[in-house]
Amino acid sequence: MTTKKPIWPFIRLVPKQTNFGFVRFARMAASSSVFLVFLTFVAFATGGLRQNPINEFNEASGGFSQKMGAVFDEAFNLGIDFKGGVSIEAVAPSAIDMAKVRSALHGTPGLRDPQVQGFDKPNQIMVRFLSENHNNEQAIQTVKSELTKVLPGVQFSPPNVVGSKVSSELYRNGIAALVAAMAMMLVYVWFRFELQMGVGSVVALLHDVILVLGFLSVTRLEFSLTSIAAILTIIGYSMNDTVVVYDRLRENMRKWKSRPLSELIDLSTNETLSRTIITGMTTLLALFGLTVVGGTTIQSFTIAMIFGVFIGTYSSIYVAAPFSLLVPRGGKAQKLQKMDDDRP
Amino acid sequence: MFEVDKNAVFKQRLETVADDLTGALRGVRRAGELGARKPPIAFSGRGQSSDGSVVRVTITNASDLPEALDRISKLGQPVDGSNGLIADTDLVVKNTANNIEISLSPEAKLSMSRRAVTQSIEVIRRRIDDTGTKEPSITRQGADRIVVQAPGESDPEKLKSLIGQTAKLTFQLLDESVPVAEAMAGRIPPGSVLLPQPSRPEEPFVLVKRRAVVSGENLVDARPSFDQRTNQPVVSFRFDGAGSRAFGRVSTSNVGKRFAIILDDKIISAPNIDEPILGGSGIISGGFTVESAAELATLLRGGALPAPLTILEQRTVTAELGKDAVDAGAKAGVIAMVLVVIFMLLAYGFVFGGFSIIALCVNVTLIFAGMSAVGATLTLPGIAGLVLTLGMAVDANVLIYERMREEFAAGRSAALALDAGFSRAVVTIIDSHITSLLSALILFYFGSGPVRGFAWTLSLGILTSVFTAVLVSQVLIALWYRKTRAKVLPI
Repeated sequence: MTTKKPIWPFIRLVPKQTNFGFVRFARMAASSSVFLVFLTFVAFATGGLRQNPINEFNEASGGFSQKMGAVFDEAFNLGIDFKGGVSIEAVAPSAIDMAKVRSALHGTPGLRDPQVQGFDKPNQIMVRFLSENHNNEQAIQTVKSELTKVLPGVQFSPPNVVGSKVSSELYRNGIAALVAAMAMMLVYVWFRFELQMGVGSVVALLHDVILVLGFLSVTRLEFSLTSIAAILTIIGYSMNDTVVVYDRLRENMRKWKSRPLSELIDLSTNETLSRTIITGMTTLLALFGLTVVGGTTIQSFTIAMIFGVFIGTYSSIYVAAPFSLLVPRGGKAQKLQKMDDDRP
Repeated sequence: MFEVDKNAVFKQRLETVADDLTGALRGVRRAGELGARKPPIAFSGRGQSSDGSVVRVTITNASDLPEALDRISKLGQPVDGSNGLIADTDLVVKNTANNIEISLSPEAKLSMSRRAVTQSIEVIRRRIDDTGTKEPSITRQGADRIVVQAPGESDPEKLKSLIGQTAKLTFQLLDESVPVAEAMAGRIPPGSVLLPQPSRPEEPFVLVKRRAVVSGENLVDARPSFDQRTNQPVVSFRFDGAGSRAFGRVSTSNVGKRFAIILDDKIISAPNIDEPILGGSGIISGGFTVESAAELATLLRGGALPAPLTILEQRTVTAELGKDAVDAGAKAGVIAMVLVVIFMLLAYGFVFGGFSIIALCVNVTLIFAGMSAVGATLTLPGIAGLVLTLGMAVDANVLIYERMREEFAAGRSAALALDAGFSRAVVTIIDSHITSLLSALILFYFGSGPVRGFAWTLSLGILTSVFTAVLVSQVLIALWYRKTRAKVLPI
């Protein structure tokens, strides 16, 4: 063999061979996952760890279910897509620079989620917003005074209350779609791999979805239709990651029939580690680009995604793979091995 | 912007009340009601005011009045507010002497119009989702208005006709007891109504019985198709269990007579019942074009609007994200691409890094081509799908290269390592892509609105990235190896 060292690659993120004992920490990881999931539910009940749920419950009126509703009411910082809000139209004497209006309204105290949209003529805009503290009158005044500052001589139409963009049907269908997608995935992984791997991958997905929701709740990032897109994307990413680890595990299970599963999981995770890290890095780089220059509209999406990439990677290594340890090897794995043994 | 005609909803409700009233006063037992038949109460002058907001009836004998009021109050339905039940009855019953007036309570009106708007929004969303992947935003505004925003390239006229139709479909028997000419002269038998039939100029009006045999609610499916005998575009449909039973029963006892298929009080066609129709499926013909058959099928699948919608206003609006935000998004996308490209070059060198970049560019081009081919719009969930796809496309290359490195490190020759890297990694790629594709297809099938947009971009991206990562890079690497016959892999 040649002794000449290849020039490439400039960077090698992971040594050629790693030998981390991932499974050794599985118990610890499992406890912290359970704790984080628990913390997420606490966050839902306390409006992102800000309120005392018992007070909320006692102060709310109505029956038990309404009181429970009041407790979970503040679980997310729901945006105008979900809650609806107030819409007002404005006509200026000359063409309006929408970017200027957006930056003027964004971050104004008392306002949440202002959305600016032009219509018909360049000097007409429609502003939709959600009021902080349920005080619509005050919010309308704030918008009017802010707009008058940037657009002298602007005229307003009477404000209108607008409903949410998310109908109950959208909720129902969305949840049905998620459940069906997870069931389908379970079946496919079961068919291609093993049943416990299918269960493991679905548990990992649920873990990811719950933790991302908890992240959104605690950080009070705005929850909009975009957040739904982020969650869907995270599911896709995490699933891809999980399947890659499982695929290697399957291969190693055929190759080393007598080695214990925990060793094989360590081996497979280590073998795929460089790929896991490189793919994670590229995705993070892309998201980083989106966060820095993408503007405020997609920031909540990218921040949730960045969190999701970490969680998704973690869950493929520590939730999905060790989960198959819980169930003894058998059934299909042995059948596969037998098939391999029978080969000439 | 559309307005829900809530008065039509109120009118419909009171029409039902008026119908039920007759039965109640005559002492007919209502479905599910137990006990002996109650004695009839004599009454006269039952009618609805011209605007439909009040039902009036006069009780002949004053002694029957308390019993009559009691029976009428039982016709009321509970009213649901936003937080559960808010009233036990939706009716206000007043009487001056023997004259009884029935109207709807204000709470009932509020709750009914709210429900009508909610239902309308869902029907509109189903109809629009059904026509393709355009992502409309549909919001409630004020008490009874609905704002529909659709992206620029959609045809506003088509959209308006799709949304503006109530699409109330009924199957009613013809009333052939009186010639149509006589009915047109004003002698319409009670329980029947004269309706126009625009599709057949030789029979412009048809007299039909008011009672619907089956209505659009009983449809489970409707598709545009062609009549096998005449090759004309038709709409084929299927009833649910209750619908096919009712239709089967009525068609069996009315062989030789005619029935009418009625959409929004207009007769589409009035065919003969040649034989009992028991299968629960059939076709609607009536001078359709291919487009109008497709539109009717869409309308029927989406269900009827609870009330007619009036168009209040039509506006051209700028994109919600705003041009500045889209520009920022595009800039961010380019920066993200550049970062990924630099990273891939650093990690895998000019040769293999370059191959993956070429594959990535082909992939992006294919996705955009695919999206513009079906007229999909680039919304935020769509962009999210795109980002995920690009991540997965790069991942496919990473999987292949890492596997090659591994095989090479395990002591195989360059050619064998390339080959083994490919064949092993492809299994992984196929598995991970099929899992994603399956879930994307399910999201597309079950989801609505933005979820569908995401699923569409994702499915498209998965297909293109399998193609580019596996085929394009394989061909490039094979060409490279043939030329260099390298002993060492530059990765």
